[in-house]
Amino acid sequence: MPSPADIGQFALIAALLLACLQATVPIIGAARGKSSWMAVAVSAGQWQFVAVAIAFFCLAYSFVTNDFSVLNVASNSNSQLPLNYRIAATWGSHEGSLLLWTFMLAFWTAAVSRFTRHLPNTTVARVLGVMGIVSTGFLLFMLTTSNPFTRLVPAPLDGRDLNPLLQDPGMVVHPPMLYMGYVGFSVAFAFAVAALIGGRLDVAWARWSRPWTLIAWTFLTCGIAMGSYWSYYVQGWGGWWFWDPVENASFMPWLVGTALIHSLAVTEKRGAFKSWTVLLAIAAFSLSLLGTFLVRSGVLTSVHAFATDPKRGVFILCFLSIVIGGSLLLYAWRAAQVGLGSPFELISRESFLLSNNVLLAVAAASVLLGTMYPLVIDALNLGKLSAGPPYFNTIFAAVMTPAVFLIGVGPIARWKRASLPELAHRLGWAFAVSVIGALAIPFTTELKPLVRLGLLLAIWIAATGALGLCGKLKGARLKSLPRGYYGMQVAHLGVAVVIVGITVVTGYESEKNLRMNPGESVQVGGYDFRFIGVTNVFGPNYEAVRAEMAVFRNGSLILRMHPEKRTDIVSGNSLTSAAIDSGVFRDLYVALGEPADQSGAWSVRIQYKPFVDWIWAGAILMALGGALALTDRRYVTATKKQRAAREAA
Amino acid sequence: MTSVLLMLAILASPPYHPDLDERVMELAKQLRCLVCQNETLADSHAELAADLRQQIREQMKDGRTDMEITAFLTNRYGDFVLYRPPVNPRTYALWFGPFVLLAGGSIALLRFLKRWPGLMKCRPLSKDERRRATALLQFGRSPNTEVYREQFAEMESDYRTGFVDLEQFERDREELERRLLEDCRPTFRCRRGR
Amino acid sequence: MKFAFPLVLFVVLVGFLGMGLWLDPHLVPSPLIDRPAPEFTLARLDEPGRTFSPKEMQGKVWLLNTWASWCVSCRQEHPLLVALSQAGVVPIFGLNYKDNRGNALDWLNEMGNPYVVNVQDTDGRVGIDYGVYGVPETYLIDKAGVIRYKQIGPVTLEALEKTILPLIRSLSR
Repeated sequence: MPSPADIGQFALIAALLLACLQATVPIIGAARGKSSWMAVAVSAGQWQFVAVAIAFFCLAYSFVTNDFSVLNVASNSNSQLPLNYRIAATWGSHEGSLLLWTFMLAFWTAAVSRFTRHLPNTTVARVLGVMGIVSTGFLLFMLTTSNPFTRLVPAPLDGRDLNPLLQDPGMVVHPPMLYMGYVGFSVAFAFAVAALIGGRLDVAWARWSRPWTLIAWTFLTCGIAMGSYWSYYVQGWGGWWFWDPVENASFMPWLVGTALIHSLAVTEKRGAFKSWTVLLAIAAFSLSLLGTFLVRSGVLTSVHAFATDPKRGVFILCFLSIVIGGSLLLYAWRAAQVGLGSPFELISRESFLLSNNVLLAVAAASVLLGTMYPLVIDALNLGKLSAGPPYFNTIFAAVMTPAVFLIGVGPIARWKRASLPELAHRLGWAFAVSVIGALAIPFTTELKPLVRLGLLLAIWIAATGALGLCGKLKGARLKSLPRGYYGMQVAHLGVAVVIVGITVVTGYESEKNLRMNPGESVQVGGYDFRFIGVTNVFGPNYEAVRAEMAVFRNGSLILRMHPEKRTDIVSGNSLTSAAIDSGVFRDLYVALGEPADQSGAWSVRIQYKPFVDWIWAGAILMALGGALALTDRRYVTATKKQRAAREAA
Repeated sequence: MTSVLLMLAILASPPYHPDLDERVMELAKQLRCLVCQNETLADSHAELAADLRQQIREQMKDGRTDMEITAFLTNRYGDFVLYRPPVNPRTYALWFGPFVLLAGGSIALLRFLKRWPGLMKCRPLSKDERRRATALLQFGRSPNTEVYREQFAEMESDYRTGFVDLEQFERDREELERRLLEDCRPTFRCRRGR
Repeated sequence: MKFAFPLVLFVVLVGFLGMGLWLDPHLVPSPLIDRPAPEFTLARLDEPGRTFSPKEMQGKVWLLNTWASWCVSCRQEHPLLVALSQAGVVPIFGLNYKDNRGNALDWLNEMGNPYVVNVQDTDGRVGIDYGVYGVPETYLIDKAGVIRYKQIGPVTLEALEKTILPLIRSLSR
């Protein structure tokens, strides 16, 4: 009776063969017009999904049943690990997370094969073919250099355990969500490449790409927000974004994906920007692939990086070159033929959207520049540099501010030709409201200009959104406006909320890092924190020192907080578990450091973080906006109509 | 332009240093720990980080400025230790690159937008072409015609609600038909000239 | 041919990424190379009453090796250092970094003592002056008291043969 690990191994090999089939036959079939060959795409794609799913579940099963004869399980799990983390450990390693990547890709492949029945078979064949090429690469990579099913003989009695930092609900949700987004851009990529192969970028291509791009973008937004929130409560220093190379690796596709969503809207409506939109679609997924390279090659220092091996790096780099280089080559060759679309004026919604695209593209390019610069300088033998948050924060804020400002202008402007005086007139009072609001809202007596600017931008978005909504509703009812419009409003509002969160917390947070004896008190952010003492507690696979901190406001006790310092029983690693009291308008954050000496004094870090939860609330709003836009009638009824049309023909 | 001003404003904002500990942490947050290279000097638990924080503290007590202390560290560990890269010939591309890109992108954008309407001065569609377009719009079965039908329906409703006037509607209609023909008839091309 | 632009950019990027595969991003090269070795006066490990300072080595080529009894990688390089000192190629001086005197002496008894003189840097300040960020690290200092080379991490046979020994030979002429 073969063990699940053996089944998983065979399933992976089968998946590779199916992916090869999927990658080659349909594309040739589309070129030759052989419909039987093109049909291979759908069946190969769906069976590949089944094979990868089997492999994935076999690995998960090995983790759940503590099968330590599998090297991956022995290295990343332990019999004392709680069940949910044993499952999450499936993707806690380089090999496991690759399998997750491949599983997501196979899932998207199956989804595309299911939901594109109304498209011409040449398109479907090419799209699935391109996705098959990517799948082949990943499966080959896994089977040659990073096999999750390698066996360990003799099997150890127990495993090395999952890194304590990863033993968290965040680990269960963040990678799958992030990968759904990351990998989801492969669909838009495949559509773009398929269109280039076919030599035509028509309105149907733009229409079909939109929902797939939106879903991927929505998942990626959630994934990034989740990663940020997770590092906030697990790292112990209250930070939520560090411009770490791997964070940047997920942020760049997001920026380009946002530009892509906007660009597709224009391409669908006016047939304009076709070559630019195609380039964005290629770029978004290319950045995802680049991110995969950066995490696993050891080229950059990152807290997220997996254990590295130059051989793996070389493989991924070659794979990257083939896929991205190939598509850019195709682009260079074919893009000139795609046609220009309809004209529009210098001042029009199209030009504002194009400006937004330029700004987002420059922002993404700047993040790439900052991330790669230390490497470039080192490679050129010019020494060693670092580029960190001070650099990125400055540059990013500077580039994005005009883009945020445009959020208010674009939706109000007319298509084709907008009149500047009319715009100024309509937006004038919104601007006035923003300025007054930004100055008038009290926080503390201390006036910080950058915070006021942030507030101004946020109120600007809200005010112009309301303005646009009122304008559209004149004479129409709430229900008659397309869901896509509401999605946009909600997503833009989400941006405003995020801006408020970021600027207020950056401007007004305060912290004290000090040594406290039991009984001592300290004031932070208007709250009094009294250190009561510590006790020892035990968890499922750790023992911890648990501190008690009593929090007072205006003299009365409002809550008790319990930061912990945990020591993992198996590995001996220690982990800070900060105590966080979340509120709508502030978070209180207490982390336990080291014992200062034998007398019972401890070093503690107490932070007051106003409005920090608005950052993630805003991100959720953005994702909700994306989800709402997806339910637009256009996407649902189009499918039904086209299926009917095809059946009738 | 706004971006440059904004960046200058950010860089020029005076830091807030009420007491020594806070000042140490403020500076330490801008520095990189050499042992735990993914953490700031402020957050790192490494012994060297604690030692360096102590050094910073003592130097601040002695009255040294942030710049002097930073120089002390870069003389020993190089620019690697700075999370805010210095502005020197080696880093011009890093600091000014984004703005060069922004300027370049804006200029390219403006030039494109100015030339754009001129590029698209196509000859008006012939009667034949218009008839073919209308037929496609009504009876076409391809995915493209589906989308154009919807877009046309939106245009009609805009006209009916008075959002656009008749002249604009006719212009929009011709443009839609042109795009329809381009997408559905591969040989159709915009003819320049009168 | 503006559409070829993204492809060209990508090729350049891949070039740098490829180069990056052979570099170590964690390595922090020393800015002290070709600069005078920082001055210090520290107590000797064996005779705490006496001190040592780099001035005393003016006119000679020598190695300064930072080490500690708690350092695991130091055990790796120590046999090489012992062999090197026995060959009499170059005098080796030790900087005992953030260590306990008793532990350090015990360690030397156990592992062998290749050092001419050992000094105690108990608070690590001299280490900071030399840009030490990990142990072991070794500095090659020339006759004028200028640092010519820094070995980050244990001294390996390869580093000795390819870099350190040739450099010592050229500096000794």
